[in-house]
Amino acid sequence: MTQPPKSPRQQERERIRRRQAIRSSSVATASTIVFLALVGVLVTTSPGWPRVQETFFSPEAFARSLPDVLHGFWINVQIFLIAEPIILVLGLLVALARGLRAPVFFPLRVLAVVYTDVFRGVPTLLVIMLVGFGLPALQLSGVPSDEITLGVIALVLAYSGYVAEVFRAGIDTVHPSQIAAARSLGLSHGQAMRHVVLPQAVRRVIPPLLNDFVSLQKDTALVSTIGVIESLRQAQIYAAGKFNYTPYLVAALLFILLTIPMARFTDYLSARAARRRGPGGA
Amino acid sequence: MTLLRIEGVWKNYHDQSVLRGIDLDVAAHEVVTLIGASGSGKSTLLRCVNLLETVDDGAIHLDGDEITDVRADVDEVRKRIGMVFQSYNLFPHMTVLENITLAPRKVHKVAQAQAEEQARELLARFGLADKAGEYPDRLSGGQQQRVAVIRAIATQPRLLLLDEVTSALDPILVTEVLSIIRELKDTGMTMILATHEMSFARDISDTVCFLDGGVLLERGAPDQIFSSPEHPRTREFLQRVLDSGRL
Repeated sequence: MTQPPKSPRQQERERIRRRQAIRSSSVATASTIVFLALVGVLVTTSPGWPRVQETFFSPEAFARSLPDVLHGFWINVQIFLIAEPIILVLGLLVALARGLRAPVFFPLRVLAVVYTDVFRGVPTLLVIMLVGFGLPALQLSGVPSDEITLGVIALVLAYSGYVAEVFRAGIDTVHPSQIAAARSLGLSHGQAMRHVVLPQAVRRVIPPLLNDFVSLQKDTALVSTIGVIESLRQAQIYAAGKFNYTPYLVAALLFILLTIPMARFTDYLSARAARRRGPGGA
Repeated sequence: MTLLRIEGVWKNYHDQSVLRGIDLDVAAHEVVTLIGASGSGKSTLLRCVNLLETVDDGAIHLDGDEITDVRADVDEVRKRIGMVFQSYNLFPHMTVLENITLAPRKVHKVAQAQAEEQARELLARFGLADKAGEYPDRLSGGQQQRVAVIRAIATQPRLLLLDEVTSALDPILVTEVLSIIRELKDTGMTMILATHEMSFARDISDTVCFLDGGVLLERGAPDQIFSSPEHPRTREFLQRVLDSGRL
């Protein structure tokens, strides 16, 4: 459809809006520059700055440690890539187990409740240490002894509890009328769950799930405590040998490079979901 | 032939009785309309028939089987009963076609191609042929409710329950939903409707039942109920409807 030409009143309105838009972006730019300059001045004029600059911002140490830290970082990425799919599956299973009502499944339901309560309550670092040092000490046959596997097991245990709760929250947001509609069509509880409730629930929890992913990405560094030579450990080794902390900065930068795209993607999905719901909500 | 027999059904919520000993027989191909103020128990009665609520006393028989038997398979019972809700309750993540074919495919084990063909036939019959691939949020309320009716009849139920299916619609959209129900009556579908559309109830029903405070106070042919109601409460209710300009 072609629209009629804009009236002078509307043209004037749009001209003012454009001018306001230009003004607000210049104000934003100016205030950002001033803010960064202030922070820069504050840091660089502090009494300890020359020392900090030398130990944390040494370009030479940066270049020298980068290959080793990067190599270690690849282990962080691997741990994340292996742990995440397992966490998603286990988390979903635990969430579903909590919703089972048939008496046969009573022990399963109790187990799921106890599991989420325990592993959400214990600090992740503690879980890693207990699994990393405790499991091999049992000397059971078949229990893995390599630190990376143990680290993955610990992270899976710690994170599946959170992810299960996210899934459960998603399942709870699906209106009971949807279940009533599905059941009235003759679908069983399981079928209603699988075809009607879960597809809607999962879609709704993608942003909070991605948020947990971001958190997991950086928590892979915690497995350094049980002897996995990942990026943080590599940085520690370098720092201890050369009395220079720049490698920590290298490791931090690598983690940020990994988490920022994920965070932006989460924002994008949330914004898209909000747009879909429309201005009035649905 | 009696298709549905409701015998002395009670339903309590906490210490309040929403249904107080309802008796009602519905013959095959009969259209029964439940009228009464909000809270009179119309919706609850429909939900009890579909076993979405458990009765607290009495029994309901469908085709001679007691469906309120605690050992009855609720999924088996619901296969024989269709229900349409006030708020449509379409599945938002599925297209119109997927909404309609879900139960035939998953519950009645109809092959996908066949289920889709049947769904398209129904959509064409009710003027929605071009909406098969749309998602519910792209449809008007009237279109959504018509899809909900098609979804409920796609499994060829013995009995269709319609719970205030036009209450969420504006007057123009009401007409298109009512016309689909009228068409279903012509095909011989047995239906129980809870409705506030009095002129429609008068027009389409074989039997009209007036519920008041969980009691079925009066029943009869539409002309009798609307022209010469016997019970003072029925008269009062119809007068109120008349005063509000809805008859």
